[in-house]
Amino acid sequence: MANDVMIRVEDLKKSFGKLVVLDGITTEIRRGEVLVLIGPSGCGKSTFLRCLNMLETPSGGHVYLDGVDLTSPKTNINHERQKMMMVFQHFNLFPNLTIMENLTVAPIKVLKRTKQEADKKAQELLERVGLADKANSYPQQLSGGQKQRVAICRALAMDPEVILFDEPTSALDPEMVGEVLDVMKELAQSGMTMICVTHEMGFAREVANRMIFLDEGKIAEDGTPEEIFGSPKNERLKAFLSKIL
Amino acid sequence: MKKKQFCAAAAAAALMLCPLIAFADGGGFVETIKGKFISNFITDNRWTYLLNGLGTTIMITFFAVIIGLVLGFLIAIIRSTHDKTGKCVLLNTICRAYLTVIRGTPSMVQLLIMYYVIFASTNHKVMVAIIAFGLNSAAYIAEIVRSGIMSVDEGQFEAGRSLGFTYAQTMTNFILPQAFKNVLPALGNEFIVLLKETSISGYIGIMDLTRGGDFIRSRTYDAFMPLIAVALVYLIIVVFLSMMVTKLERRLKNDGK
Repeated sequence: MANDVMIRVEDLKKSFGKLVVLDGITTEIRRGEVLVLIGPSGCGKSTFLRCLNMLETPSGGHVYLDGVDLTSPKTNINHERQKMMMVFQHFNLFPNLTIMENLTVAPIKVLKRTKQEADKKAQELLERVGLADKANSYPQQLSGGQKQRVAICRALAMDPEVILFDEPTSALDPEMVGEVLDVMKELAQSGMTMICVTHEMGFAREVANRMIFLDEGKIAEDGTPEEIFGSPKNERLKAFLSKIL
Repeated sequence: MKKKQFCAAAAAAALMLCPLIAFADGGGFVETIKGKFISNFITDNRWTYLLNGLGTTIMITFFAVIIGLVLGFLIAIIRSTHDKTGKCVLLNTICRAYLTVIRGTPSMVQLLIMYYVIFASTNHKVMVAIIAFGLNSAAYIAEIVRSGIMSVDEGQFEAGRSLGFTYAQTMTNFILPQAFKNVLPALGNEFIVLLKETSISGYIGIMDLTRGGDFIRSRTYDAFMPLIAVALVYLIIVVFLSMMVTKLERRLKNDGK
């Protein structure tokens, strides 16, 4: 179980006009893996994440999710995306819906669950992150940390196989980072497959079981947190770590 | 807010009635007013010209608004889909040509062309006016709605798509409701403009509110009373309309702020 490949990325390329952001990335992500992507700003971390669920259309290469090629035009991307949820830097909750509705709209309309089922699941999730009392509030009434916890719940409500985190704590006030990381840690311990772009090195060291250092659109180093932090081989990685640690 | 609007309307009405003093030569001020009122509105049931005209004006406006909204939303969706995804190239080109023509020519010319050229063989004048004003309004509503769609944060779109919604579902469930809320004041303004614009329907021989008042004038040779009455009726409808829009705005503002 722990060793089967969930996502296979083959020679993934993405350029915006003349700017090459991803320059041939090949890797595999296993079920249950917590993968943290690091790298200097502009190295393509977020673009890589957004190419995985086709929010950005790759310029070349393939992404396979459970053996299905997401880059193929024949693939029903809306259906495949249901297995792969995303948590955004700016939360992107729906401001005109209550927290409860934010959590249930997709399960009801996309997964065709009944309202009772969806409500029950949403209530459980909100309790799990300590926000049960906010069910009938609107996103504007919540703090940044609360919003991001709700956004994680919204992803979980879809029972995804993998969650992509795109700098989930970068837009938060420092005192709210902890509460979001705690939820993510608990999630990692529960066995969820996670791919995170983050600058929280403490989180990476503690929770990740694999790290990738991206530089200039390529995988510059790939290893366990011990290898990345303890014995970095790549010069750019050494320079990067010396700046942030 | 309501009180303020009423006060403003009342003040405007009072201002318009000021020239009445001109009739006050000697002592028969009230008598003069009464006589004029009777000859302009009561004799031969002349008030029915205003009432029937008002009915026609409202009918043209109402159906033109519906055509404008449906077509306007459609054009706005096509145009912003093209902007976002690069699809619908042909449809987008057609829409742009349509906007250019409609916005580049006076609505009166459009109305005349509709009546004398395109629908030259029909006698349904009101129908022609509804289509002409509807098509005209659609162009303006399209651009209003498009600006609303563009004002919704791109992240909302990505959130919808990443949750497994299709492009169309994301549009209808998340983007359009927020866009509509954002452009409601501008839409309300467009309805007011449209209502007043229909006063040119007289040019193709429709007895609308304006033409009704003018008809009374041609009978009584008194311009003041019927035309001021027409202006007042427009004013009252516009005040009522903007009150409804304000009400709707408040109801839609349900984001807990």
